[in-house]
Amino acid sequence: MALNYTKEVMDHFLNPRNIGTIENPDAYTEVGNPTCGDMLSMYLKVKEIDNKKIIEDLKFLSFGCASNISTASMLTTQVIGKTLEEAKAFSFKEVMDELGGLPSQKIHCSVLAVEALQDVIKKYEESNK
Amino acid sequence: MEVYLDNSATTKLDNSVLLKMINFFESDYGNASSIHFKGEASYNAQEKARKEISEILNCEPKNIVFTSSATEANNMIIKGVARANKTKGNHILISSIEHPCVLNSAEQLKKDGFEVEHIPVGADGIIDLEILEKMIRSDTVLVSVMAVNNEIGVIQDVKSIAKIVHDKGSFYHVDAVQSIPYLDIDIKDWNVDFLSLSAHKFYGPKGVGLAYINKNIKIEPLIVGGGQEFGFRSSTYNTPGIVGMAEAMKIAYGLEREDNLKRIKEMRDHLLYRIQNEIPEIFINGSLSRRTPNNLNVGFKGVEGEAILMDLSSKGICVSTGSACGSANLKASHVLSGIGVSGYFIHSNIRFSFGKYNTMKEVDYVADCLKDTIERLRKFSSVKSV
Repeated sequence: MALNYTKEVMDHFLNPRNIGTIENPDAYTEVGNPTCGDMLSMYLKVKEIDNKKIIEDLKFLSFGCASNISTASMLTTQVIGKTLEEAKAFSFKEVMDELGGLPSQKIHCSVLAVEALQDVIKKYEESNK
Repeated sequence: MEVYLDNSATTKLDNSVLLKMINFFESDYGNASSIHFKGEASYNAQEKARKEISEILNCEPKNIVFTSSATEANNMIIKGVARANKTKGNHILISSIEHPCVLNSAEQLKKDGFEVEHIPVGADGIIDLEILEKMIRSDTVLVSVMAVNNEIGVIQDVKSIAKIVHDKGSFYHVDAVQSIPYLDIDIKDWNVDFLSLSAHKFYGPKGVGLAYINKNIKIEPLIVGGGQEFGFRSSTYNTPGIVGMAEAMKIAYGLEREDNLKRIKEMRDHLLYRIQNEIPEIFINGSLSRRTPNNLNVGFKGVEGEAILMDLSSKGICVSTGSACGSANLKASHVLSGIGVSGYFIHSNIRFSFGKYNTMKEVDYVADCLKDTIERLRKFSSVKSV
């Protein structure tokens, strides 16, 4: 079962971007379950410019496979600087394309990154109604 | 540096085995079923191989059936014995840590109306003989318990199991794939009815295995055709493979054996020592004392096995993992759950399996890299208990 991870996947796995925590984040979430093999925590910092809410910073921690780590890493680079509305429309396909594709059996562990993004935005909006 | 510590998955072909085999591709390529001189040359070479193997394993040559793999041998034995002995009963007992080819062969038998039960193992990975004895019923046709486990390397008491199974009037099959050269396989002394082996696990070629079968017991062939292998397994004889397997077995149990076992144990123990002393929060899966010297299975808390494996792979190191993410079917290891590893710990393990071509220098390189790998991955782990 060769995984044949792309160069981009291996690069983001070996040198993950935006990895770590944010002190006093505006929102925080945990998705997945370590018992199933993958768990992702995500930290969000939002700033307002011209009445637009923009992702100022997004960081993550992972208990997961290479694919899980690199997807989350790539995603953070893609959505930092976007408005919350834009980030809400962000799809898994966008991160997968940027990574040059993922092995089919790795989709379920990688889609967690998008789930974490959507969930952390939801939590932010719920607490800032 | 390239370091191969996945010798339980497969091994590098020994060059002297390859040299023995080449003749049967280049010159003596005749079909061993043909009666002309080229067929005769192939036939005689493979019968010599059969005899040499039977001498090492201590059994009758006619009881050895060559197959394409141990998976095929196990399929043939489990299904063939069960189906041919339905009058004896319809109950099959296998250990909970068998290889998937045994587990799934038994699973298939359920469709034919067989009842399959799994014999539990303790936290050390060893079968409790008293439990085994209680589980064998008057309608138990076959009991299958492996000699050495492929993931954690633990060794079962095959001889005692055989005695219990026979006293209860059932048949015993042992998957001995991971045993060579670590155990002295002695079929007469072990008193087993069926045994399976695969050449590529001991520096022989891929694509050849064998089934030892007690021919006093009925068995239905899995593959029928031209009637090769005494009618037990049809298919054109794989003469180069069979000759290669015999040569590999002779080398494995030959002059180099003692030194190989000693070196392999030293390397395994050295890696274990360095892990225990340099990496915190680890756990060893399965018994350390009742284990073959080539195996080390370690859990690293807070990090996922596939990530460890891929990180090491990027440094030129080959290992394996029982984590769900490291498998094709996305299921975590049934062996680790069988010995009671639970929660996220089941996804945090790495199997290091040593072989005769490894060196101490390689082991130190692996220990150095492993330390960095675990440190790096733990730094950003979302599991907080570390």
